[in-house]
Amino acid sequence: MARILSALIAGLILGAGIAISGMINPAKVLNFFDFAGTWDPSLAFVMGGALVVTAMGYSFILKRPAPLFDKTFHLPTARKLDLPLVAGSAVFGIGWGITGFCPGGAVPALGLGEMSAVIFVGSMLAGIVLARFIRRSVTTRMQSRIA
Amino acid sequence: MTEFTPLASLLGGAMIGLAAILLMAFHGRIAGMTGILSGLLPPLSNDWAWRAAFIAGAIVAPALIIIVAGASAVPFESPVPTPWLIIGGLIVGIGVHFAGGCTSGHGVCGLARLSPRSIAATLIFMASTALTVFVVRHLLGGF
Repeated sequence: MARILSALIAGLILGAGIAISGMINPAKVLNFFDFAGTWDPSLAFVMGGALVVTAMGYSFILKRPAPLFDKTFHLPTARKLDLPLVAGSAVFGIGWGITGFCPGGAVPALGLGEMSAVIFVGSMLAGIVLARFIRRSVTTRMQSRIA
Repeated sequence: MTEFTPLASLLGGAMIGLAAILLMAFHGRIAGMTGILSGLLPPLSNDWAWRAAFIAGAIVAPALIIIVAGASAVPFESPVPTPWLIIGGLIVGIGVHFAGGCTSGHGVCGLARLSPRSIAATLIFMASTALTVFVVRHLLGGF
């Protein structure tokens, strides 16, 4: 119960932060990237605030042997800069630049009852499922070639 | 035009950071929307319950704010026509899956850990987004 409740509280704080910061608003996000037009630098303050707080908090927490409700910290172990990371990031930026929605902004926007957020999140989930399928079929083909 | 909101944005950003800290302290998890959401897609991961609770909280909080303070408290405008929302959504979904994260996972949590992969990912998607906005708005005439 405490496990679920603590995740709910973290989610509530995230959702409120996304809303208050303006990250929830696609028009504001698009304006942050529009240096040649209606530039709105607010997003730099969102990223800056989030980054400083997270870095300070992590430096304390990650010195502890384990989190409160789990046996270990689940930190990504991959270190290599590979093609999926580079290409995936570039592709993500194209979609973000077209719509002004990123996953962390769009999911809280569902709570505003905005149809555009529903359409975006539905399409994004379909995109993730499609990407999994592509990755699986590519991996299978490579394995059968080695065999 | 959107209003420049340095204080609200800084405060909201600090709250995003606080949420990331809590999720790490309680569950040992990166507060990345892509990763948390992916575990809720079929095949459902075993630890779906905390993921669902986190996502539910993230959706409910903005709803509570507009119920208490009114819709004007959270400005929202999506200038993009529906077909482009669908295309953009698909592109984002494919991109973040292969990138292994998005603005929250790489851009906040990964950068805070100085992960080289996250630094690279963030630089690339920020540049790609800025380039896309320039092309859409200034070369193609915008929406």
